[in-house]
Amino acid sequence: MSTLVQGNRTRLLFLLRYLAMIGLALVVFALLLLLFGKDPLRAYIDILSSTLGSSYGITEVVVKMIPLVLCACAVMLPARIGLVNVGGEGQLYMGAWLATWGALTFSQLPQALGIPLVILLGFIGGGLWALIPAILRAKGWLNEVISTLLLNYIAILFVGYFVFGPWRDTASANFPQTPKFVDAMRLPQFGDTRIHLGLFLAIAAVVLIYLVLRYTVWGYDMRAIGGNAEASRRNGLPITKTMLMVMFIGGGLAGLAGVGEVMAIEGRLRPNFSPGYGYIGFLISWLAGHNPVGVVMMSFLMAVLTFGGDTLQITQGMPFATVNIIIALILFYCTGQVLSAESEAVSYGYVLCHRGARRRIAGGHCRTLRRPG
Amino acid sequence: MLVGALQAGTAVLYAALGEVIVERAGVINLGLEGTMLMGASVGFAVTYQTGNPWLGLIAAALAGALFNLVLAFLVVTRGANQLASGLALGFLGIGLSALIGRPYVGQLIEGLRNVPLPILADIPFVGEVLFQHDVLIYAVIPLAFFLQWVLFSTRWGLSIRTVGEDKTVAYAAGLRTQWLQYQALFVGGLLAGLGGAHLSLAFTGVWGEQMTSGRGFIAVALVIFAAWNPLRAVLGAFLFGGALAFQLQLQARGAPVSPFFLDMIPYLLTLGVLIFLRGNRKFAMPAGLKTVFEGMR
Repeated sequence: MSTLVQGNRTRLLFLLRYLAMIGLALVVFALLLLLFGKDPLRAYIDILSSTLGSSYGITEVVVKMIPLVLCACAVMLPARIGLVNVGGEGQLYMGAWLATWGALTFSQLPQALGIPLVILLGFIGGGLWALIPAILRAKGWLNEVISTLLLNYIAILFVGYFVFGPWRDTASANFPQTPKFVDAMRLPQFGDTRIHLGLFLAIAAVVLIYLVLRYTVWGYDMRAIGGNAEASRRNGLPITKTMLMVMFIGGGLAGLAGVGEVMAIEGRLRPNFSPGYGYIGFLISWLAGHNPVGVVMMSFLMAVLTFGGDTLQITQGMPFATVNIIIALILFYCTGQVLSAESEAVSYGYVLCHRGARRRIAGGHCRTLRRPG
Repeated sequence: MLVGALQAGTAVLYAALGEVIVERAGVINLGLEGTMLMGASVGFAVTYQTGNPWLGLIAAALAGALFNLVLAFLVVTRGANQLASGLALGFLGIGLSALIGRPYVGQLIEGLRNVPLPILADIPFVGEVLFQHDVLIYAVIPLAFFLQWVLFSTRWGLSIRTVGEDKTVAYAAGLRTQWLQYQALFVGGLLAGLGGAHLSLAFTGVWGEQMTSGRGFIAVALVIFAAWNPLRAVLGAFLFGGALAFQLQLQARGAPVSPFFLDMIPYLLTLGVLIFLRGNRKFAMPAGLKTVFEGMR
C-alpha cells in the first residue's frame, strides 16, 4: 500500500511479497485440483495459452480489463477519502440504463453526436446513482456500505423492469432484451477485435486519477480528508462537497463500464449483462491498496483469470466458476497479509505520512495489549 | 400463495438467522452466498451418495460452519478487512461448490420429504398451508424463538452481544473475544449451510451452479432490515418470500404491476427502515459493526 514512506528496497520487498502471495495461491489451487482428480499443470497451461498465447487471447484480456479497471476506479476514488463504495455493480447498471435511454430516444442523431451522448449519459447515470448514498452519508443518515449494497439490487431490478417491459424488443420474442442499437450509438471497435473505445476512457480515468491525486491541490485535500476528516473540517476543507463530487465521479466511471459493455460488446441492453464486474472491481481496488498503478496490474491478473475460466470449461470440463477459487485465494492471502505487513511496519517505527496513520498506530497498540487473551 | 412464501423464504431465513448471530458478534459475512452454496452442494452430494437426506443435512451444516471458519481465521485472527474478505469468501464458495457439485448436475435425488403433521394437516386450508411441509420449515420458527432467547436471555448471548458492541470492553470484562467470534461464525455457518441444503434437498431437489441466485445477499439485507433481531428476521423473510409469491399470483391474474417493482419493495423498505429508525435504540446497529463500516480508510 502506498501508505508508508518507503525506500526502493522496501518497495521491492513489498512487490516480492505480493508475488509470493499470488504464487502461494496458485500452488494451493493446484493442490485443490489434484484433490478433485484434475491435472493442475494442464489447467495452468490452458489458461496461459488461451489468454496470452495468441493475439486473439490478448485482445480478449484487454476487453475484460476495460470494465474491471473502470469499476475499480469507482471504488478507488471514494476510498481515498475514506468512503466505501460497494455499489459499483448498481452504478454500472444505471449507467447502461441511462445510455440505453439516450440511444433509443435519440436514434436519429449522427454518430459524431451519438457516441459522446451515450458516454455522457452513462457517466451521469452511474454518477447520480452513486450520489444517493453520498447524500445519505453526508447527512449522517445512513452508512454508505449498506446503502450502496442495497442500491445494487434495486438498480438491477430497475433495469430488469425496462428490459422485460417498455423497452423489450418484440422481434426477439424469446429473449428479454432491447432492440439492437443503431450504429451511430455503438462505440467503435478496433479492427476485427472486440476492443472498443472504452479502452481510452479507462486509460484516461486511471491516468487522470493518478495525476490528480499526486500533483493537484484537490488530490492533496482528498488525502487530508481521508487521513483525518475532523481535522480537515476544522481546517476549512469542503468535506461534504468533496464527498459528493468523489462519489459522483466514481459512480460515473462505473457507469462508463456499463456503457462499454452495452454499447460496444453487447449492442443491446440485456438483464444481468454484468458477471459481477462491480464486485470484482471492489476486490481489485482493495487488493491494489487503492493505488492506480496497482489497479491496472490487478485488473490484468483478474482478466486473465476470468477469461481463463472460460477456457477451463471448454478444455477440461471444469465449471467456469473454478477460477473463482484462485481469485479468492489470492484475495485471502493479500487481505490477510497486507495488514500484517502494516502492523509490522508500525512496530518497526516507519514514519506514517497520511491516511489513517493515527488509527493504525492505535490499532497496533491494541493488538499488543490484547495478545495475552 | 402462502405456501410459496413459506417455501421460498425458508432458505433465506436460515441464513439470515445465522447471520444475526454473526453480526451481533461484530462480524459481517458478505460471503453468505458462498456459505449457502457450500451447504447446498455438500448436502446434495452426501445425500446422493448415501441416499439419506439426514446425513446430507448434517454434512451441509458442517460444511457451512467449517467454511465460515475460513472467514473467522481471516478477520478475527489475522484482522483482515471484513468486507473484502467476505466478498472473497463468496467467490471461493461459488467456485468450490461448482467443483464439488459438478458430478451431480442434472441428477435427481429423493430429498427431504414433506411430512404432513397428523390431524393438524387435515384442517381445511390452514392445514394445507401450515402443516404439510418438510422438517426444516417446521423447525425454523421455533428456531427463531430459540435464538431470540439465546441472544437476549443467556450468558452466551450476552457475551456475544458484548463482543459485538465493544471488543475492548468485552476483553476487559474477561471475555475471550476471539473465541466468541469464532463460535458465532461457526453457528452462523451451520445455519447458512442448512439454508443452502433446504434449497437443494427440499425446495428444488436438484443441484445447479449458483443455485442460491443472490439469496445470500438477500439474507444480509434481511438481517439489516430486521435490525439484528431473530424474530423480526422471520417477519422480514416472509415479506421477502411473500413478495416473490405475490408477484406470481399477480402475473397469473394479469395485473398491471411489474414484478420487478414488487421485488424492489424489500430493499426499499430496508433503506427506509434504516433511514427513519436510525435514532431508535431498539433498532441500533451493533457498535462493533459500525466501526467495521467506518474503519476502512
